[in-house]
Amino acid sequence: MFDDGSILNQLLIERLNYFIYVVLLLIGLWAMIAKNNLIKKLIGMSIFQTAIILFYVSIGVKDGATIPIYLPEHDPHGSDAQRDLNGTGSLLIEPQVLDASLIPQYTNPLPHVLMLTAIVVGVATLGLALSICLRIYRAYGTVEEDELLIKLENEDARKKGLPRKRWPRRKPTQNKPGSSIKNKKAGLPERTRVTKPDSARSRKPRNQTNRADRTGPESSHKSQEIEKKRPARRKRAKSSNPTKEDNAS
Amino acid sequence: MGLEIFNTLILCLLVVVALLSLWVRDLVVAAVVFGVYSFLMCLLWAEMGAVDVAFTEATVGAGASTVVLIATIFNIKRKAKD
Amino acid sequence: MKRLAFVFVLLIGLLLAWAARDFPTWGDPEAPASSSPVSSHFIANTGIDTEVPNMVTAVLADYRGFDTMLETVVVFIAGLAVYSILGGGPNRRSRDRELVVDFEPDLIVTNTVRLIVPVIQIFALYVLAHGHVSPGGGFQGGVAMGASFILVALAWNLKTALIRFPIDRCFMVAALGIVIYGGIGLLSMLLGGEFLDYAHLSKVLPVSPEMARYHAMLGVEIGVGFTVTAIIFALYASLSTDGRMRDGL
Repeated sequence: MFDDGSILNQLLIERLNYFIYVVLLLIGLWAMIAKNNLIKKLIGMSIFQTAIILFYVSIGVKDGATIPIYLPEHDPHGSDAQRDLNGTGSLLIEPQVLDASLIPQYTNPLPHVLMLTAIVVGVATLGLALSICLRIYRAYGTVEEDELLIKLENEDARKKGLPRKRWPRRKPTQNKPGSSIKNKKAGLPERTRVTKPDSARSRKPRNQTNRADRTGPESSHKSQEIEKKRPARRKRAKSSNPTKEDNAS
Repeated sequence: MGLEIFNTLILCLLVVVALLSLWVRDLVVAAVVFGVYSFLMCLLWAEMGAVDVAFTEATVGAGASTVVLIATIFNIKRKAKD
Repeated sequence: MKRLAFVFVLLIGLLLAWAARDFPTWGDPEAPASSSPVSSHFIANTGIDTEVPNMVTAVLADYRGFDTMLETVVVFIAGLAVYSILGGGPNRRSRDRELVVDFEPDLIVTNTVRLIVPVIQIFALYVLAHGHVSPGGGFQGGVAMGASFILVALAWNLKTALIRFPIDRCFMVAALGIVIYGGIGLLSMLLGGEFLDYAHLSKVLPVSPEMARYHAMLGVEIGVGFTVTAIIFALYASLSTDGRMRDGL
């Protein structure tokens, strides 16, 4: 299987680098298609971009070559060039084009230049895509793709007067240690998912709980939360925010 | 010989880190792991002789891109559902 | 549907891997990309044409200066677009309930940042100016400079950073960077050459045409640095506050 000339040998041993670039491209492409969360899709897009840049830069690699900056002995205007030390300091030897036999010593600079542009454009694209994600969150309260689709269809249906769809069913997640104790104390069964009927669902987007799930380092600061609306809305069972439970009304 | 082992190791680590960044549910962890991915790329390019590209990726990819991603995630829900 | 996507991605991967068998061996100096006449010309002639040892900077700012100028414009457009998509500025009506989290800036962090930020800025200016002789240049220095402002915003709050670098001044500085770049190109055109042909600047500067290209490259990199600094900070400021520009991370 691994003998010389066979496919696996060619791919995995001689050209392992290219094979791994292909794998990275596939990971990025799959993430953009198959992931639900918009931020994960964007991370997939960035992985795809950097994998392409990696591929491009690696086709300019030469064995045993140095970086594309002139070595002092080859630089016609560098520190090693012989200068007229008595008077003007001008060069003694007329600067010449680099000898063609020395060219394989330097890595090809052209892919580097093109990929510098690509990296910067990549970060600009990422910033723009993230701003659109924030707008989507502001308008619909979620960045999950299937929830977004259902909200959009409900909006259309509401305009036309048709019946609306239910929330997507998900597999129940693992119980975190400690949460079941809280639920047991409150008399609730472990980790039930409370789905409200359509009539009780409020029309306001879910971003009322802006920065609502801040845990950890935030709670160790002295934090005062100034709420601007009536606190009666907060009576939902949110088990993930210790600071609110400290100031529980 | 040592350089080839280094190359292969970093490439395999790259694949693992890319998969990990997409698998975790906490988005801040995904962003930080994406920063690790950028740093590994920078290392790979520095070894290949592309020093300008490595410098740019270190500042732009691991610096600006990660910070901007985390700044966005702090405004939306931190826990992804898939 | 997502499983179909996985199968599809695998098929594409197999196709790419099959095509990867045709690539040249890793690091071959006779590979078509490495032995092309264009890159050989760049490697050989950078020393005598421009006196700049760093081939990548020379190609980026001089031989392919058009690409770099338009890339700077792309970065500027991206920053502007993020600001306007998120409805940036103090006039933004926020209908959502805001949680104003008020905490003390930490003592250790602020004092460390107070010591580090000047060093970062000097290093960024060094990277920008030394980009001719070592790896570096406009983009890298610009991002490091923008990162120093982001550091101030992280250690204290965004208001402290915005006092020093207000958002409208950000966009003015970014536009100034593009004006510098285009201005140098236009100046060369007015002096009788083509757009971005720096050798004609030796008619106004008291140096040889090669040194004129050297200095014009520095000017162009300064323009790029301005734009990138301002836009990186504007991107952070818009995204971390969802356009509100009031409270920060």
